[in-house]
Amino acid sequence: MSVSTFLLNNKYTIGILMGVLFGLLSRLFMLRTDYRQYPTHPHGKIIHLSLGIIAAGLGSVAVPALLKKDYTAITFLTVAAQQFRDVRNMERDTLTKIDGMELVQRGATYIEGIAMVFEGRNYLVIMSSFVTSFAAITLNWYLGIGAGLLSLIVVHLLRSGKSLSHIAAVEQAEVIQDGADLFVGDIYIMNVGLSSNQDIIRERGLGLILKPFNADGKATLSNLGQRQAILYDLSTILGVYRDDGEPALIPMAKLDMKTGRLAVFILPQERDGSKAVETALRVPILESAVRMPTEAKVNEKGS
Amino acid sequence: MASIVAVVTMRRESVGGGAPIFLAETEAQLEETAFLLEKILDASVHDLKNGTFIVVNHHSK
Repeated sequence: MSVSTFLLNNKYTIGILMGVLFGLLSRLFMLRTDYRQYPTHPHGKIIHLSLGIIAAGLGSVAVPALLKKDYTAITFLTVAAQQFRDVRNMERDTLTKIDGMELVQRGATYIEGIAMVFEGRNYLVIMSSFVTSFAAITLNWYLGIGAGLLSLIVVHLLRSGKSLSHIAAVEQAEVIQDGADLFVGDIYIMNVGLSSNQDIIRERGLGLILKPFNADGKATLSNLGQRQAILYDLSTILGVYRDDGEPALIPMAKLDMKTGRLAVFILPQERDGSKAVETALRVPILESAVRMPTEAKVNEKGS
Repeated sequence: MASIVAVVTMRRESVGGGAPIFLAETEAQLEETAFLLEKILDASVHDLKNGTFIVVNHHSK
C-alpha cells in the first residue's frame, strides 16, 4: 500500500491526530511561567496541559462528527464550555486563597484577569485544533499543517495584552517624609506615626509618578484593581521590604484627583529607580479595569 | 471602615471615648508605647500631631 492511499484511507484519524497535535502545540505556546510563577511548576503546568489535550481532542473530533452529519454530536461542545468555565472557577478559587498569604496581594481584578485568560486560552486551543483537523480532513494533510500554523499565529496575536506604557508615562519621584506625612513628589500618600517607620521609609522608600496620556488612561489608572496590580508586579520583581505585623510599611498608590496622576510608593528590596520605572511600564493592563470614556457618544461630539 | 483600637497620648484631657487610652509622660515614652502597640496589635500608628498617636486597624471587615 502506498503512502498516499494510506493517507486517504485514514483521513479522519490523521486529521484528528493533527488537530490534537496543533491544539496541544498552541496550549504549550500559551503556557508560559514567568516572574509570577503561575501556573506553578510542575503540577500547575501538568493540569493545564492535560486540560489542553482534552480541549484539543474536543475541537478536532467535532469535524468528523459534522462531516458524518451527526449534528447532535456538536452539543458535546457545550460540555466543553461548562468544563472550561469550571477551570476559570478553579483558578479563581485557588488564587484567591493563595492571595491571602501574599505580603503584597494581587487583588481581585488581577485574579479575575488570570482566571479569564485560562478559560479563554482553552477556547483558543479548540479553535486551533478545529481549524487544523477541518483543513486536514476536508482538503489535504499538508493544508492541515498550513492551517495549524496559521492558527498558531492567530493564537500568538491574541495571547498578548497591552501594558501600562500604552496609556501612561512613568517617572521616578522623590519620597518625602515630612514629619508624619509621607509624599511622593507632591502627592500625599499616608500618615506614618512612628519615627522608626519614618526612618525606614526615608532609607528604603521609592516613588513613581504615572501620568496618563488621555482620559481613557486616567479612568483605567484610577481603578483600584489596576493599582493593586502595579503594586503587586513591582513588589514581585523588585522584592518587598516588609513583613507580617508591620502594618505601616505598606506599598501604596494614591491618585492626584486634580490631574489624574497616580503616585506609587513602594518599599523594594532592590532600590533601583530605573528598573522600577521599566517594571511599571510593563505592568499588564487588566482587561476588567479598562475604561473608554472617549468612546461615549457625548464625548465624541466635541472632538 | 478603619477603626481606632487604642490611643496613646501625652495630653489626657484631649482624648475621650471608647478606645483604650495609654498615657505617656515624655515623647520617648509616647513613641515606645505606640511602637509596642503597633507590633502587638498589627495595626498602624498614626500621628495626630498634637501629642497623640492613634493605633488604627485598617483591615477590619
